[in-house]
Amino acid sequence: MDFGSILSAALSSALGPQAIVFALAAIGLNIHFGYTGLLNFGQAGFMAVGAYGLAVTVVTYDQSFWLGVVVALVAPVVLALVLGVPTLRLRADYLAIATIATAEILRLVFGAVETREVFGGSNGLTGFAKTFQDLNPYSGPLDLGIIRFRPDDLWSLTVGWILVALGCLFVWLLMRSPWGRVLRSIREDEDAVRSLGKNVFAYKMQALILGGVFGGLAGLFFAVKQASVVPSDYSTNITFYAYTALLIGGAARVLGPVVGAMIFWFLMAGIGAFFSQATAGSDPLIPTWAMSDIQASLVRLILVGLGLMLLMIYRPQGIFGDRKELAIDAR
Amino acid sequence: MRLTSKVLVSAFLACLVVLVPLGASATSTPTPSASPTAPTAPATPPDGAYIGVTLQNSGDDKAPIPGATLSVASASGTEVGEAVTDPNGRAFIAIPERGSYVVTLDTDTLPAGIQFGGSNKRTVDALLDGGNFAQFQIGVVEQAGPSLGERFSGAMVNGVKFGLIIALAALGLSLIFGTTKLTNFAHGEIITFGAIATYVANRAFGLPVILAIVVAVLASAAFGWLQDKFLWKPLRSKGIGIIAMMIVSIGFGLLLRNLFQYFFGGSRESLSQYVNQTRQSYGPFQLADKEIAIMAVSIVVLTITCVVLMRTRLGKSMRAVADNPALSASSGLRVDGVVRSVWVLGCALTGLSGGLLAVNSQVNFLMGFKLLLLVFAAVTLGGLGTIWGALIGSMIIGIMVEVGTLQIGIWPGVPSSIKEVGALVVLILILLIRPQGILGRAERIG
Repeated sequence: MDFGSILSAALSSALGPQAIVFALAAIGLNIHFGYTGLLNFGQAGFMAVGAYGLAVTVVTYDQSFWLGVVVALVAPVVLALVLGVPTLRLRADYLAIATIATAEILRLVFGAVETREVFGGSNGLTGFAKTFQDLNPYSGPLDLGIIRFRPDDLWSLTVGWILVALGCLFVWLLMRSPWGRVLRSIREDEDAVRSLGKNVFAYKMQALILGGVFGGLAGLFFAVKQASVVPSDYSTNITFYAYTALLIGGAARVLGPVVGAMIFWFLMAGIGAFFSQATAGSDPLIPTWAMSDIQASLVRLILVGLGLMLLMIYRPQGIFGDRKELAIDAR
Repeated sequence: MRLTSKVLVSAFLACLVVLVPLGASATSTPTPSASPTAPTAPATPPDGAYIGVTLQNSGDDKAPIPGATLSVASASGTEVGEAVTDPNGRAFIAIPERGSYVVTLDTDTLPAGIQFGGSNKRTVDALLDGGNFAQFQIGVVEQAGPSLGERFSGAMVNGVKFGLIIALAALGLSLIFGTTKLTNFAHGEIITFGAIATYVANRAFGLPVILAIVVAVLASAAFGWLQDKFLWKPLRSKGIGIIAMMIVSIGFGLLLRNLFQYFFGGSRESLSQYVNQTRQSYGPFQLADKEIAIMAVSIVVLTITCVVLMRTRLGKSMRAVADNPALSASSGLRVDGVVRSVWVLGCALTGLSGGLLAVNSQVNFLMGFKLLLLVFAAVTLGGLGTIWGALIGSMIIGIMVEVGTLQIGIWPGVPSSIKEVGALVVLILILLIRPQGILGRAERIG
C-alpha cells in the first residue's frame, strides 16, 4: 500500500481539470438550485450543448475555434429558453423530470448512428482544440513534489481556475445585487415575490439561462481539456455527481460548488486509488473472492450514492451552507 | 441445362444485425462462440453486441453457404473480427460497441460454382436497443422486405407488450407518488431488483422461471417494506421536505445501481428457460408463447390491482391518504400503515415488471434505469398519481416507442437506435400543453 501515490492521485484530481469541470457545472447548479430553487436535473444537457457547440462548429462546419466558443455559449441560452418556457411555470418535480428528459434526448441524438455526419456518432468528435493547445505558454511540467502536471494540463488548469474564479466573483456580485435578492426570495416564497409585482417567470428564466451558460462553459472546458467530445460523457450521472459536489460544499454559497467539487474529486480519486491498490498484485490486501479489480472501481460510485443520501438527510447545507437560509423544503 | 443455371446462381447475403440487449428472439445463449476455423459445428452468437450474417444462395432454394470467410472492420478501417460461416451459412462476429461496421465477404472462399454479383462489402449500422435485426442484401436478387402491414402488426405487438410491462412499473410509481408525493428517482432500480431477483432465483437456486418470478415479486414486496421501514418512514418523521427526499432517492438509485453492478457484473444474462421461442402466427400477428404469457400476466395483475384499489377498504384508504393525509389521520386512518402497504404493493408491481422484462429479453444492471424516464413519461402523460392515467399513459408510450420507428407516409420514422426519444419529446410536449396529464385533474400545479 503506497499512501504517497494515493494522496498524489487524490490531490491532482482535486486540483485537476476534472474538478474544474465539476466546479463550473456546480456553479451553474448553484444559481439554479441554491439561489433560485429550480431543480435542474439536466445540467448534463447544458454541458453537452456547450461541448458540441464548439466541436460541431469547428469540426463539422469548419469554422474558427473562437466562433465555436461563441456558439458553445449561445447554445445553452437557446436550450434554457426552449426548456424554460414550458416548464418554469410548473412545480419543481415537473421541471426536474423535463430537464432530465431533455438531457437524455440530447445525449441520444448526439450519439445516434443517423446523425453521425454532424455529431460523430458514439465515437464523438475530435480535432477542434488545436487553437487552444497552440496558445499554451508553458514548456515544462510543474513539479510540486507530490503532484506533477504536464504542460498541457498546466495550461488547462490555468485557464480553468481563472474561469472558476471569475465565475465565483460574478456570482458573488450578482447575488448581493437587488437582482440576486429577488432570486433568493423566489426560492423562499414565490407568491410573496409575485405580490410585490415582480415577474417571477422572467427572473426564473434569467436564472435558468445564467446557470445554463455556466453548464455550457463546463462542457466547453471539458471538451477542450480532453480535446474530444463523446456522448457517453454527458450522461445523467454527471448531473447527479455535480449535485453531490454542490451539496458537499454547500448550496447558496459562492464558494460552495468550488470547494465541493475539489472535495468530491479528492475523495473519488483517493478512494479509487486506494481500492485499486488494495486489489492489485498477486497477494492483494482485499482477497480476490471479496473484491475483484473491476468491483474495486465501483466502490467509490457506491459511496457517492450513499454519501449523497447521508448528506441530504443529515447535513443538507453541506460544509459552508446555512441551514436556515437553505429552505429546500419551502415548496 | 445445368450449366446456365450455374452461371445464373448468385450469392445472396443477408446480414442480420442482432443486438443482444433486447434481442428477445435472437438465438442468444451465453456460450463462447465457435472457433472460426471449425465450421462443422453450428456457430453460436457471442456475449454482448455482435453482427450476425446469414449467407444463402439465392439461386438454389436459399441453400446455406458454409465455409465462406467474412471479416468485419469498424468504420475507420480497424479490423474487428473474422468468422467462417457454419453449415447453416451463419457466422457471428462480436463487435466492441455499437456503431457502423463494414462487413466484407471474401469471394475467394465461396464454394466452387457459385458466382457472386455485386459488391462484396456492406456497411452495417449496429444499433443499441434497436429492434432485433436489420436486413441487408447483397447480390443480384433484391428480396422484398416485410410489408408495411407486417411491420406495423409486429411493432404493435411489441408496443402493446412493452406498454403492459411499463404499466406495471408506472402503476407502482404512481401509487407511491400519489400517497407520498415523492417522485422516486430510484424507481428504475426496483425494476432491476425484480429482474435480478428473478435471475438469482432461477440460476442460483435452480427454480423454474415461473416460480422464480413469484419469488422475485415477493422479494420486491419485502424490499419495498424494508425501504419504507428503514429509509422513507424515518425521513417522513424527520420532516424532510419533498425535494430533499427526491435528492435522497437519486442517491439511493446511484447506490443501488452500483451495488447491482458490483454483485451482478456488467454483462447481460439470460434466464434458463424460454430464451429462444419462435413466433407463431395468430391472424395478422406473430407471437411467441412467452409474449402471450407476459401480456396475459400483466393484464390479469393490472386488473386485479385496479379492482383492489377501486373496491376494497385498502384501496379506499390509499385514495384518502393520497387526497389529504392530515384529514385521513384525523379520521382515524393509520396513515403510516397505508403508506407502508403502498410501498409494498408498488414495489411488488414494479418487481413483477422487472421479472417479466427478464423473461422477455435479458437481465442487466442498467435495465431499470434505462426505463425510468419512459415510466416517468407514461405516468406524466396519463396524469401523475392517477391509476387509470398510469395505464393509459403506459400503453400510449409503449406503442409510440415501437410504432414510431416505422416509416409511414411522410413520417420518416424515429431512428430505432434512439426510439425512446419520441416518448421523451411527448413528455415535454405534454408538460407544455396539458401538464396535469390526460386524466389528471386541472388543479394548480405550478
